[in-house]
Amino acid sequence: MATKKKTQKKEPKEGTAESKKKLHLLHQMMRIRQMEEKAYELYTQEKIRGFLHLYDGEEAVAVGVIENLEKEDSIVGTYREHGHALIRGVSMERIMAELFGKAEGCSGGRGGSMHLYDKETNFYGGSAIVANGLPMAAGVAFAYKRQKKDAIACCFFGEGAVDEGEFHESMNLASLWDLPVLFVCENNLYSMGMPFELAEAETDLVTKAKAYKMEGSSVDGMDVLAVQKASKKAVNYIRKNKKPYFLECKTYRYRAHSMFDPERYRDKSEVEEWEERDPIETFSEKLRNEKILNDADWKKLNDEVAEEVQAAVQFAEEGTEEPLENLTKYVYSD
Amino acid sequence: MNKVTQQTITYREAVRDAMREAMKKDERVFLMGEDVGRYGGCYNVSQGMLEEFGEERVIDTPLSESGFTGCGIGAAVAGLRPIVEIMTVNFSLLAADQIINTAAKLLYMSGGQFNVPLVIRIATGGGKQLAAQHSHSLEGWYAHIPGLKILTPATVEDAYGMLGPALEDPDPVLIFENTLLYNYEGEFFNDGSTVDISKAKVRREGSDVSIITYGIGLHKSLQAAEQLAKDGIEAEIVDLRLLRPLDDETIFSSVSKTHRAVIVDEGWKSVGISAELSAQITGELFYDLDSPVERICGAEVPAPYAKHLEEISLPRVDDIVESVKQMGGIYG
Repeated sequence: MATKKKTQKKEPKEGTAESKKKLHLLHQMMRIRQMEEKAYELYTQEKIRGFLHLYDGEEAVAVGVIENLEKEDSIVGTYREHGHALIRGVSMERIMAELFGKAEGCSGGRGGSMHLYDKETNFYGGSAIVANGLPMAAGVAFAYKRQKKDAIACCFFGEGAVDEGEFHESMNLASLWDLPVLFVCENNLYSMGMPFELAEAETDLVTKAKAYKMEGSSVDGMDVLAVQKASKKAVNYIRKNKKPYFLECKTYRYRAHSMFDPERYRDKSEVEEWEERDPIETFSEKLRNEKILNDADWKKLNDEVAEEVQAAVQFAEEGTEEPLENLTKYVYSD
Repeated sequence: MNKVTQQTITYREAVRDAMREAMKKDERVFLMGEDVGRYGGCYNVSQGMLEEFGEERVIDTPLSESGFTGCGIGAAVAGLRPIVEIMTVNFSLLAADQIINTAAKLLYMSGGQFNVPLVIRIATGGGKQLAAQHSHSLEGWYAHIPGLKILTPATVEDAYGMLGPALEDPDPVLIFENTLLYNYEGEFFNDGSTVDISKAKVRREGSDVSIITYGIGLHKSLQAAEQLAKDGIEAEIVDLRLLRPLDDETIFSSVSKTHRAVIVDEGWKSVGISAELSAQITGELFYDLDSPVERICGAEVPAPYAKHLEEISLPRVDDIVESVKQMGGIYG
């Protein structure tokens, strides 16, 4: 951190903590980005197979939200969850090994890209049925409430989930029973190929939360500080009031829905427009302007992340295959 | 329940007592479902439990089968022991995503990290003129799914005794209660004892034919056996008790003794549990069979409302008797 000393001298102590925090957020987003880019590359080399849903462009959401969660809180995610798992604390090595289908993967090679799990960090998947995780999040929160724990369940889902019955059932239950759930809607404007405005009669999603008497807000999901601030407010609200909260993060995925998607439903120029607002580019630019980041810092961070990615790939490559005789292991507990 | 006595109670009371015992024994256990509290349960099974245990543990849910079943899954994974009641098996289809995509698969998908210790009680079966959307027996469908355990208590003893072990099981257990059995009376000891939920049971010994059945079919088969006995045919009745995993040992042991098998199932015949049983018996005991495996099942129609039509759409005692009498060498 030698390069930072200069900055530290210039700023008051509070600023130092603040700067560190900002650099941390940047670093976390860079970790997701590079991991996803590597996953894309490995997919084209057929090291990774099946469906692969990448998170490039949406990094600010997972990073901003998860930053505010405590160890005892839990996360329920979707099939586009590599970033959430990583930021939650699942090692990149175990994630990559899972993408490779190796026994050392965080789901023992049984889940793959769409089903990352980690009990250690209360990471409850990894569900590939749209909206299927919401009732479970309500249930985890139900248990926390009954057990008189202060913990909350944080549930990520895309805007496509909003059209499913399970969204409405879970929103109602959570509000009716005062369950500590943070519902985070990652609105990336397309449910696979279906544009948001063609799928929704009401595009103001916070209105839907209000219909269930649930507090909610909407935030620019490309701005990590905004997400961090909004989700902090949401988490504090949940802990204080023992009620759920709905947070919409307006974001965009750069990649196709999955690697099988020919992307006939959107124009390249639209993707380019959103890339102008790239969460990592805009945030690093901001940090440069604030003199928190310089070229050397940037390179150092990049190199660090590249090393982590390289180590993760190596770990996955060197991982072992689950023995064939274990095919039926874990269908049942015994 | 204070004193241990032998008494006659209904199947309904047996289920209720089992739930009460479980809730008294373990703080983590609670009951959740549509109308289980104030209404006392659609079939009166949980009557009085709200008063006894309070709103915290006997929870009336909105009509959100998927929502509250999934909520049960989450609560189970996070440390509670929910009993989710689904009013009828037909409504369970609204929760099929949660039951099949999550409860059954979570342990496997997560590489053994997250087991789901959830019990779902589901009312099933026809015979009450409730027509096509309230009368079917879909337990065989659920038995198709790896990761689930499917119990079908047919007696008062099992209605009482199966719940405890089901709650102790680390994996999701679905208990199917045939609605016609709720008023059925039986004797049992209310000593808090449990039963083995991994084994089928021979309910009547016989040497000429094995009638393999479960749930309401058990009672029809026992009646059929009495009639057959008058003709000198001794039927052995195997109560499956669980449809997944099947207790092959008990099934094969009976059929290898009698050399004939009749399967009685109220579910539809084609592609159902009866087809599976037939395939397994035929595969394992091909050279022991004196006659092809027979199946007496529900007619391949949506359940009709009119009484006379519904009656012929479900297996009848006479159908079982006739089927046995037609078997090769049965009078041998």
